Amino acid sequence: MISLIRRVGRFFLDLTQETGRAMLFLFEALGQAFLPPYRFRRLLDEIYFIGCRSLLIIFLTAAFTGMVLALQGYYTLRKYGSESALGAVVALSLIRELGPVLAALMVSGRAGSAITAEIGIMRITEQLDAMDTMAVNPLQYVVMPKLLAGLLSVPLLTAIFDVVGILGGFGVGVVLLGVSSGSYFSGMTQSVASLDVNGGIIKSLVFGLTIMLVACYNGFFTDRGAEGVSRATTRTVVISAILVLAWDYVLTSFFM
Amino acid sequence: MIKVRELFRSFNGHPVLQGINLEVPKGKITVVIGKSGAGKSVLLKHIAGLLKPDQGRIFINGTDVTRARGRELQDIKKRFGVLFQGGALFDSLTVLENVAFPLREKTSLPEQEILDRARKRLAQVNMPPESEDKYPDEVSGGMKKRVALARALVQEPEILLFDEPVTGLDPPMMNTVFHLIKKTHQENGYTGMVVSHDIPAVFQIADFVAMLHKGRIVAFGTPAEIQQNQDPEVQSFLRGDIDLLET
Repeated sequence: MISLIRRVGRFFLDLTQETGRAMLFLFEALGQAFLPPYRFRRLLDEIYFIGCRSLLIIFLTAAFTGMVLALQGYYTLRKYGSESALGAVVALSLIRELGPVLAALMVSGRAGSAITAEIGIMRITEQLDAMDTMAVNPLQYVVMPKLLAGLLSVPLLTAIFDVVGILGGFGVGVVLLGVSSGSYFSGMTQSVASLDVNGGIIKSLVFGLTIMLVACYNGFFTDRGAEGVSRATTRTVVISAILVLAWDYVLTSFFM
Repeated sequence: MIKVRELFRSFNGHPVLQGINLEVPKGKITVVIGKSGAGKSVLLKHIAGLLKPDQGRIFINGTDVTRARGRELQDIKKRFGVLFQGGALFDSLTVLENVAFPLREKTSLPEQEILDRARKRLAQVNMPPESEDKYPDEVSGGMKKRVALARALVQEPEILLFDEPVTGLDPPMMNTVFHLIKKTHQENGYTGMVVSHDIPAVFQIADFVAMLHKGRIVAFGTPAEIQQNQDPEVQSFLRGDIDLLET
């Protein structure tokens, strides 16, 4: 019994210590954004990698999510004779919840894992140490642009996810199932309030920063060897997904 | 001049450095030898400011690296070049970009001047011009070491640290790299510290040799003095005796 309590205590102590270390890492890296040299080129490269190169996966998941939402929503609403509310259902589901969460999970799976692997390999092959010995701070050169790029890209990807999802829903609801396009869009404009849109943006900002922090932190402090990088990459995907869903609950409870 | 005073460092309760005292004379090459796992690379990383000791001090031209922070530490690092065991070339940059990297980051030289200097360093280490647009994974192990040496030299450092510079190379390439270290040292006059277990080959570049054993420096002198040292640990290492504890 005592050993169980000790283990639980040790787990929470380790968790607290790790969280504190991650927060220090985050603040130190973000603080580098205010110190010269300002790395706009590196930031653009990272926005291209995290944002532009995630577009295809965002388009595909958004389209299918919107389509399945319309399909499910249509048959449920038809029971109550409320097919005209389909646009509102699809839009609210996407803007409030599914857009930010699914876009974040997709970015985490595609870019987050790649970033952990990239930084992890730089760590185990001593590239980060080499940079450090050249008086180039790896937090500024490698980590900070990725954090900022995540912060900027994920909300934009979420907005794209929402729009494509709504169009996917339009394709199924209006084109295939015969809901009138006027009611699809008018229901949407009447139901979606600015709080819904702002809430979605705030969520995606938090998710973007969380994903990049987890990815960069795990890569930066990876264990030695290929196995260490592999473990760090897996950890990034799992922890990011859990944190995104946990943050989603916390933030939703604030906006309700 | 590098001075190491009473340096201690443990990892997970396992002591690696146990009171290192060492002086690396200015303008000379000092080779630190010792068995694998003796802590040679750990010592080098402390001198490069990459690790912090549990106890002890390291002075670079009078400034304590272990206490330096921020700008002061950055200024010390600007005087360093480090050649890492695996080269540590940036795999997303070409050979030329790797060598130009420190100049692009730390100087305000015009781009053409940066490229000229980088090409000059690549020529100094006998890299063929057609290799400059290749990526590190497209060149051989020996070439990687040479590019890493060119990158370490490009900022004309006062101090150059070499972590196992010939590990994994065949004997002709090993001799080539040692020849290049000797040649660049004569041309640039830096203070060199080489960590290696490749004896006796490494003696060809050494002005002084220090032997690290069980976390301490047990012998220091010229290569000839070390070879005549009667310490049983030194003799055993130089002869390459089988380590029964390791087998």
